[in-house]
Amino acid sequence: MRETATLNETKAAGGDALLAVRDLNGWYGESHVLHGVEFDVKPGEVVTLLGRNGAGKTSTLCAIMGLLAKRTGSVRFAGNETIALQPRHIARLGIGFCPEERGIFSSLNVEENLMLPPRIAAGGLSVERIYELFPNLLERRRSQGTKLSGGEQQMLAIGRILRTGAKLLLLDEPTEGLAPVIVQQIGATIRELKKEGFTIVLVEQNLRFAASVADRHCVVEQGRVIDMIPSADLDANIDKLHGYLGV
Amino acid sequence: MFELLGIPPQVLMGQLLLGLINGSFYAVLSLGLAVIFGLLNIINFSHGAQYMMGAFVAWMLLNYFGIGYWPALVLAPLIVGATGIVLEKVALSRLYKLDHLYGLLLTFGIALIIQGLFRNYYGISGLPYQIPDALAGGRNLGFMFLPTYRGWIVVASVVVCFGTWFMIEKTRLGAYLRAATENPALVGAFGINVPRMITLTYGFGVALAAFAGVLAAPIYAVNPNMGADLIIVVFAVVVIGGMGSIMGAIVTGYGLGLIEGLTRVFYPEGSAVVIFVIMAIVLLIKPEGLFGRAA
Ligand SMILES: Nc1ncnc2c1ncn2[C@@H]1O[C@H](COP(=O)(O)OP(=O)(O)OP(=O)(O)O)[C@@H](O)[C@H]1O
Ligand SMILES: [Mg+2]
Repeated sequence: MRETATLNETKAAGGDALLAVRDLNGWYGESHVLHGVEFDVKPGEVVTLLGRNGAGKTSTLCAIMGLLAKRTGSVRFAGNETIALQPRHIARLGIGFCPEERGIFSSLNVEENLMLPPRIAAGGLSVERIYELFPNLLERRRSQGTKLSGGEQQMLAIGRILRTGAKLLLLDEPTEGLAPVIVQQIGATIRELKKEGFTIVLVEQNLRFAASVADRHCVVEQGRVIDMIPSADLDANIDKLHGYLGV
Repeated sequence: MFELLGIPPQVLMGQLLLGLINGSFYAVLSLGLAVIFGLLNIINFSHGAQYMMGAFVAWMLLNYFGIGYWPALVLAPLIVGATGIVLEKVALSRLYKLDHLYGLLLTFGIALIIQGLFRNYYGISGLPYQIPDALAGGRNLGFMFLPTYRGWIVVASVVVCFGTWFMIEKTRLGAYLRAATENPALVGAFGINVPRMITLTYGFGVALAAFAGVLAAPIYAVNPNMGADLIIVVFAVVVIGGMGSIMGAIVTGYGLGLIEGLTRVFYPEGSAVVIFVIMAIVLLIKPEGLFGRAA
């Protein structure tokens, strides 16, 4: 077994976690893709899910949101058990979701996309603040959502869940396929959001980027979290990590 | 006055007005179908029956409760829309996971049941409904005589079509609707109650049909079959305009009404089929419809 002492430690610390995932199993129809995912995220932390293609990172985020056809186990968020809830009720507890395919609506302009997710709690960012973080969006706010560049669409997909008052953000590969300068901008934004008190679960393939923004890294393989590495221990574990990721 | 190809202008204008009135019904009805199809992905074959119900409810309100045309114009769509909401809750909502065909078959069956029930109780001879006093009579426009009620139909349908278009394309509520049409799962994951939106949208589409039914009551006899005849043409209009396109449904509705009117002037024999001929041509050249987005 590759399960490490640190992994067990974080699990034991479930009490003060904002998000606590236990024995999470998930299915697409008949196909069983999550086999007992377990991890915790404390308030204010940025935690990544790392892993190869098809490891189950996206499925884990979807299962947390209740978007899989079937899921079992336990997902506690801010003290509430969500495993039996519909996605809309899970969202209303204070989780913002930024999907891998970004999910920008083509029949909505940029501003309509930005204003779409309803406010679910006090304390979200103001629209002015979001435009300050992403000035491109302000310039193009009357354009059709899907006419934006890939990077701008990503900013829009992140920006629109900042307004809602969600405390936990689930970001699925926000840097995928983007130019280095845009990746840097998104990295700066994530650090900024951490400073503002957001808690973030970030799915990443890009180890360097993950290291630059996150506190801890959960390694996902075949539908399980098989290891957990704090950013501080990253250098000591770099070979092991490269092994997990197959790079 | 001038004559066009030997056609007196009174005849031409008369037929154009008739075409515009038919077009008003096509537009409101195909708009309702487009709204429903956009979000529910169901071709609402009950639409004609629900239009008929609108006319009947107006008639019942008047004859059983003494409630006149103007309140009926609001009440009948609300009442028939409420039956649509019940229908969606009890029956349609169970079919979304299945092929669209099941929704089509269910709504078709329901249309037959509704029409059968009304035929059973009210016969097929048609019940009269008076034009309200304020809209009786007409005025001479110089080149033609315009019956006031016919003018009112055009105005009322334009207002309702524009209002619906505005609500869907320009408001926050409409943005929810458009987004849910594209990606209902993600809209749900933002905390929006999509099932309730679907229910209300169906109710709204049905209410539009009923509104058209109330408009029709004073000029066509209130008759259990009035929707069945009309709805076939409206389906052709929707196919031509493009499924699910709001503006497409409206423009095509009025446009085809006018084309039908013109055909009645220049080639009367073709007027009954012209819309279907256009539908066949559009299907061959642009199968997604004039305003439809390619799938
Ligand atoms: N819609 C689906 N239906 C059936 N199986 C799916 C579906 N989506 C993903 N899978 C399967 O579930 C497993 C996990 O996929 P998932 O998308 O969660 O991986 P991932 O870690 O996000 O990969 P990537 O890095 O490529 O995004 C894979 O075996 C994949 O083939
Ligand atoms: Mg993925």
